[in-house]
Amino acid sequence: MKKEKNNIGLKLVGNIGFSLIALVFLFPIIGLLISSFRPSADLMRDGITFAIDFSTLNLDNYMYIFQQAPSYWSWYGNSLIVSGLTIALSLFFSSMVGYALALYDFKGRNLFFVLVLLILMIPFEILMLPLYKVMVATQLVDTYFAVVLPLIVAPIAVFFFRQYALGLPKELMDAARIDGSTEYGIFFKIMFPLMGPSLAAMAILQGLTSWNNFLWPLLVLRSNDMFTLPIGLATLLTPYGNNYDVLIAGSVLTIIPIVLLFIFFQRYFVAGLTSGGVKG
Amino acid sequence: MPSPVQETNSNVNLQKKPNKFFKFLNSKNVVPYIFVFPFLISFLVLTLYPAIHGIIMSFQSILPGQVNFIAFQNYERVFNPTFYKALLNTSTYVILTVLILTIVPMLLAILLDSKFVKFKTLFRASIFIPALTSTIVGGMIFRLMFSETDSSVANQIVNLLGFESVDWRYHGWSAMLLMVILASWRWIGVNVLYFLAQLQSISDELYEAADIDGASAFQKMRYITIPQLKPIIVFVSTITIINGFRMFEESFVFWETSSPGNIGLTVVGYIYQQGIGQNDMGFGSAIGVVLMLIIFVISIIYLIATGTFKRGEE
Repeated sequence: MKKEKNNIGLKLVGNIGFSLIALVFLFPIIGLLISSFRPSADLMRDGITFAIDFSTLNLDNYMYIFQQAPSYWSWYGNSLIVSGLTIALSLFFSSMVGYALALYDFKGRNLFFVLVLLILMIPFEILMLPLYKVMVATQLVDTYFAVVLPLIVAPIAVFFFRQYALGLPKELMDAARIDGSTEYGIFFKIMFPLMGPSLAAMAILQGLTSWNNFLWPLLVLRSNDMFTLPIGLATLLTPYGNNYDVLIAGSVLTIIPIVLLFIFFQRYFVAGLTSGGVKG
Repeated sequence: MPSPVQETNSNVNLQKKPNKFFKFLNSKNVVPYIFVFPFLISFLVLTLYPAIHGIIMSFQSILPGQVNFIAFQNYERVFNPTFYKALLNTSTYVILTVLILTIVPMLLAILLDSKFVKFKTLFRASIFIPALTSTIVGGMIFRLMFSETDSSVANQIVNLLGFESVDWRYHGWSAMLLMVILASWRWIGVNVLYFLAQLQSISDELYEAADIDGASAFQKMRYITIPQLKPIIVFVSTITIINGFRMFEESFVFWETSSPGNIGLTVVGYIYQQGIGQNDMGFGSAIGVVLMLIIFVISIIYLIATGTFKRGEE
């Protein structure tokens, strides 16, 4: 009986505590959302503030974006295409590599793993200029392919899949071999589905990385109608601040698809985790 | 590396079975190489080649239409007060973010996973949502929240606590605070997801066994939860160290390419400033090589210390 009471107290503390934490994390987003309805002159003067004059809120920033900013929508389409390609390709290739590194014994395995870490450690910024030269030489500048290319085999995803696959039951592989399954069948039919939770986590991460990628697209994209959202929005960030209104409303609209992606994958995520079969 | 492939090949030939080629492709000695092949290609084209090219550039003076080999002159110039300032900023940032982004998400995940919290999905989503913003958008929000006027959110809070308004982007300590807060706000939710995924995979039987042995909540955490979380602790902290040394956008979004007294300058920012801004690509590459060595040494030491190169627990 005493324990029951104790639990109720702890539950109260736990839920109130997390409500406050959630509020702190959401506050900047709420601030952005409200600010997107404020006149840009006020925003320039006050920044994001607690002292909002609610009577001045209006839809002007959004009206402008929907009616007079066609290029904003082509940036939007480009970002969707680039992110979709990145998620599909990088999940496929990276999970394959991580799986092999974790569950096969082969010569050079540790070497490959060290290479994965090496790529993680090398600042992309020093590879960027020589890579850019390659893109120019092969005339790939200003294409989706050039933007997606460096993200296809993502070392961070390989690392994560390897760590995750280490926990997969190796006995399943032997059992499948006895049943006559090929090595590829084992991966695609048995192990790949078992990696579901890690795939969902990496889909979110790769989608984010690609959707928010800045420096590399800035180099390889040249024409306005090929820009992705971050690059396009950055062109609005002039020193004079005269585009703050569009920038802030555009930022709100930028966050929406990625929120949808997260909500969509979260279901798979939870389902994958609760369906068991992960690590016994 | 070619040796095992050849061996298998001859084995297959000796066996003289039908579908030799398929058998070869399906052999346990060959399959892992096929799985790893896309990685090998991408490593050669996207990392090795540009890295070598970058190293060569670090020994050159690169002017338009004129490239000269100048040996170590770029490296002699690297170790100057500005570089040390950038390295100090970057190291401080790495230490702060590793501590915050490993410990806080782990505690949040353990608490979220406990039976005392009811609206797990909602809380998890709330904490994760900041990660959905780009550094550019997130940074813009924080610039507006921490703007210098008395009416910004940050200064309103500071005034309420009885302090003077702060010019957030113009002091060393507050500059570091801005960058660390922005990174923490955006990344805590991601790391919570990693920890939660691993927590869910810990077998209930372990806890049941501990209950039978009469273990306390603290003992269960100390002897079951944290050891089981170790692979993810290593993963999260390693990624944070490496990303910390590569940090650029968190600084760029607050000060673009130059901050007062270089309070926001990072090593990568210095590469950008020299390599792109001053168009001194040789010098920029030399800074890059030095940075690469620093990251390499620290990460290897860290991974060896945490035992990551040993075979998995099984």
